[in-house]
Amino acid sequence: MLEGLKEFASEFFVTGDPLIYGAMVAIGITTIAIVAVLTYFKKWGWLWRNWLTTVDHKKIGIMYIIASIIMLFRGGVDALMMRLQLAMPNMDFLHPEHYNQVFTTHGTIMILFMAMPFMFGLFNVIVPLQIGARDVAFPFLNALSFWLFFLGAMLFNLSFVIGGSPDAGWLSYPPLSELSHSPGVGQNFYIWGIQISGIGSLATGINFMVTIIKMRAPGMRWMKLPMFTWSVFSTCIIILFAFPILTVTLALLFLDRFAGAHFFTLDLGGNPMMYINLIWMWGHPEVYIVVLPAFGVFSEIVSTFSRKKLFGYKSMVFAMLIISFLSFFTWAHHFFTMGSGADVNAFFAVTTMLIAIPTGVKIFNWLFTMYRGRIRMATPMMWTLAFIPCFIVGGMTGVLLSVAPADFQFHNSYFLIAHFHQVLIGGVVFGYFAGLYYWWPKMFGFQLEEKLGKWAFWTWNIGFYVCFMPQYAVGLMGMTRRLSTYGWDTGWWELNFVSTIGAFLMGVGFLFQVAQIADGIRKYKSLKASGDPWDARTLEWSIPSPAPEYNFAVTPRGDDIDEWWEEKERRAKGIYPPEQKLEPIHMPKNSGIPFVMSVFWFIAGFGFVFGWLWMAILGLAGVGICMIARSFSYDTDYYIPVDEIKRTEASLRGSV
Amino acid sequence: MNKKPRSLARIIIPVVLTLVTIALIVWPMLAGGQYVVLDPKGPIGASQRDLIVISTILCAVIIVPVLILSAVIVWRYRDKPDNKAAYEPNWSHSTKAEVIWWTVPIIIIGILAIVTVRYTYDLEPSKPLASEKAPVTIQVSSLDWKWLFMYPEQGIATVNTLNIPADRPVKFELTADSPMNSFWIPQLGGQIYTMSGMAMTLYLQADHEGQYWGSGANFTGEHFGKMRFDVNATSDEEFENWVREVKQNSQELTQEGYDALTQPGTSNVAYYSAFPEGLFQNIVTKYVVDGNGAHSKHGSSSEAAGANQATQESNQDEDKSAN
Ligand code: HEM
Ligand SMILES: [Cu+2]
Ligand SMILES: [Cu+2]
Repeated sequence: MLEGLKEFASEFFVTGDPLIYGAMVAIGITTIAIVAVLTYFKKWGWLWRNWLTTVDHKKIGIMYIIASIIMLFRGGVDALMMRLQLAMPNMDFLHPEHYNQVFTTHGTIMILFMAMPFMFGLFNVIVPLQIGARDVAFPFLNALSFWLFFLGAMLFNLSFVIGGSPDAGWLSYPPLSELSHSPGVGQNFYIWGIQISGIGSLATGINFMVTIIKMRAPGMRWMKLPMFTWSVFSTCIIILFAFPILTVTLALLFLDRFAGAHFFTLDLGGNPMMYINLIWMWGHPEVYIVVLPAFGVFSEIVSTFSRKKLFGYKSMVFAMLIISFLSFFTWAHHFFTMGSGADVNAFFAVTTMLIAIPTGVKIFNWLFTMYRGRIRMATPMMWTLAFIPCFIVGGMTGVLLSVAPADFQFHNSYFLIAHFHQVLIGGVVFGYFAGLYYWWPKMFGFQLEEKLGKWAFWTWNIGFYVCFMPQYAVGLMGMTRRLSTYGWDTGWWELNFVSTIGAFLMGVGFLFQVAQIADGIRKYKSLKASGDPWDARTLEWSIPSPAPEYNFAVTPRGDDIDEWWEEKERRAKGIYPPEQKLEPIHMPKNSGIPFVMSVFWFIAGFGFVFGWLWMAILGLAGVGICMIARSFSYDTDYYIPVDEIKRTEASLRGSV
Repeated sequence: MNKKPRSLARIIIPVVLTLVTIALIVWPMLAGGQYVVLDPKGPIGASQRDLIVISTILCAVIIVPVLILSAVIVWRYRDKPDNKAAYEPNWSHSTKAEVIWWTVPIIIIGILAIVTVRYTYDLEPSKPLASEKAPVTIQVSSLDWKWLFMYPEQGIATVNTLNIPADRPVKFELTADSPMNSFWIPQLGGQIYTMSGMAMTLYLQADHEGQYWGSGANFTGEHFGKMRFDVNATSDEEFENWVREVKQNSQELTQEGYDALTQPGTSNVAYYSAFPEGLFQNIVTKYVVDGNGAHSKHGSSSEAAGANQATQESNQDEDKSAN
């Protein structure tokens, strides 16, 4: 009995690596500390009422962003471990097996559990405010999406202390990811972590699409939509078509592993290349999913901080819609070397290059928004300005990769690694940082001090170039990706060493950001922000910071692209809008069901991971019960009375 | 005024770091010319290098001016009280300007697309190389985690080392008895995937004698990083000598020996004086149930299709003998 238990424990928990023991201890201590603090300050009720059950899109957005930043930390530590391992030839810091787990989790976490939730966080916080809505179309579903994402991510993260992490790369090509080559539970964690959070992502896509279609303020016709909202809309289109492909692909892979199906194994008629096609039919659009909202953020910021209308609005919209469409016709550029023949390769090479055209147009439009403007160098604008050259160069190397016969030399090399990090960091991460800084006062009601932010900016940026420029070079020297060691004879070490220094500089940049935020929280009372601290242009800035839970006391109008800016101009001329009568506001009620249901999903996922059918069934039954419970709950909304609105507005506006 | 030193530091630090980075990138180039991709030793590698250079120049034509333009715009319109540059907060549309920056990228990408399509057909990996000399065929199979090279015309085989005659086309036939890998000899030309269940074709040629190296470029698990191999390009005569030597001095690769090789693990360099008849076809069809290998048909050329046909025929033979 005891022996059996011991054996089980040694398989269940990952053992043998001091790094992992360290992490276990750290996780244990942190958990105990959190529980202790919550209990001591009697905060459990507060946590439940204000956060775990909330359906307020702003709070959900904030939770997304917090989770995402924690994941950025986790993925960043993975990155630093990899860079340490590669700093010198023949390093013995991570064994190949461990290294493989690290790059797999790094890639998966960065894309799915860092970039995606950061993006959803910005969607949530901003879109309803920008279009003058009180909430999203389906607030309950929105909370459910968040908790599905969160518990899916937690399931995935658990793998490194329990059971072992996946190690077949972030896209898990079979047969490497099949039972035959990855017999451990790591791949199951991968499948279920992504699957559960993926359902949430699909639901969010639908939710925001409907929100934007149905809930715009009166007067806000399509061509009056703020650019960030447009970018969200184009992203939702892609999500709607891409995520079902992912769901199905992973489900088939799971059937292969769990039920002995042969969709992607070669024996018995399966086909691994089918998987590679399918996963990239999702995977390529996915990179546009994460980058388009960043484009939206930049558009808002460029125009606000240049104090000028966005140049070429229609071109911008058109370019984004073309990009969402084209993104579905380029997937095969990820395997030009698979021997599909010249016709196929030529087709996909050209479709890929075509995307550079609308992207280039957007860059010109941003530049000409600044042209004849007045550029203020606040941190959101600095990140935007840093993005422009970074993305131009990263985009250019992308075009080089799309030249099919040349890609035969670039493919799977560090040149590729340098390229996609340049667009992902320079485009996506910089974009979301810019957005976070820009909307920070709107979310939290206080302004961050910029000094530490500027330090963060410079270390991140210098670190970025020091880290990734050498990688282009070492790629041309023949270094392949996912390599865990190399010899002295390769001549690669100098560049790798420099690259590692750059990675650590970025790590320092991240610490500056943490310090900046901590500093802001400490002094938040003295940093109180007005409703419109940047002198900005769109509707979200017309209400107090932070926004009251009902957002707008009276429904605004959206007759102009920069409605709030126009309104300010009108007011400066002494034209005031007619006083509107307050009316009770209809709001959705909080609900514990999304959280509980996601916990059941987590339990089901965990059961599937270990092949414990009883547990999986238990979890799924719980999910079912939650659905039934929801369908019988009729008391799902309430009204905020006029008095209360008056009181809230007075207290919020009083200090403005 | 007391702000001056800080802003100076801000300029100096990035400049110094950029210079250091550039120096480090340039240094190895001066030291030993290790930019293998840019230093090709064969016609395929050379065309690919040309294509890289052409496409880089085409892209640079547009991005360099844009980079300069961005710097100028940001500098000129920064918000300084004494900035006299024009300020037009409502200027947000100009058809003429937009037409220009839709057309310029369209033209550049159009040219690049034409170049790319031409080269894509020219450099199709299964297209035989023009040469007076007949190609040497080498059958390549990626295993966990080693390379097996078989020389059907010479009847010998090697592991993790490759000898080829210089100045003569080499026809590589590739497959895998392991997860998908990618066969890459950067100085000779770009890579191609090795996949179980199908035979791919890749023509390469070394113009000069010399030693190059190749590697597996697609991740296949634990020791994938150990899949590097030397490529010795020698004169025809030396190649023949080498073949003779291998024939005389090494053991035979038996089916059992091959099965042992397929076990996961790394391997030293090894030479074999013979290998089982039809081993390559057997590897290709190993996992295929009925000869209609799931993806055996999508191969890139008549050559590859031929290989597949061969495999199907051999499969039918097997079926017959089974009956
Ligand atoms: C913050 C600094 C970062 C550093 C220093 C870094 C470093 C690395 C390294 C060393 C690798 C492994 C390359 C190899 O396998 O040979 C890698 C892979 C990868 N990174 Fe990052 N990374 C960073 C940020 C990001 C971000 C922000 C994203 C996405 C939003 C990202 C996405 C990926 C992906 C998808 C892979 C491929 C994983 C795989 O091969 O399966 N990285 N990164
Ligand atoms: Cu792609
Ligand atoms: Cu194939």
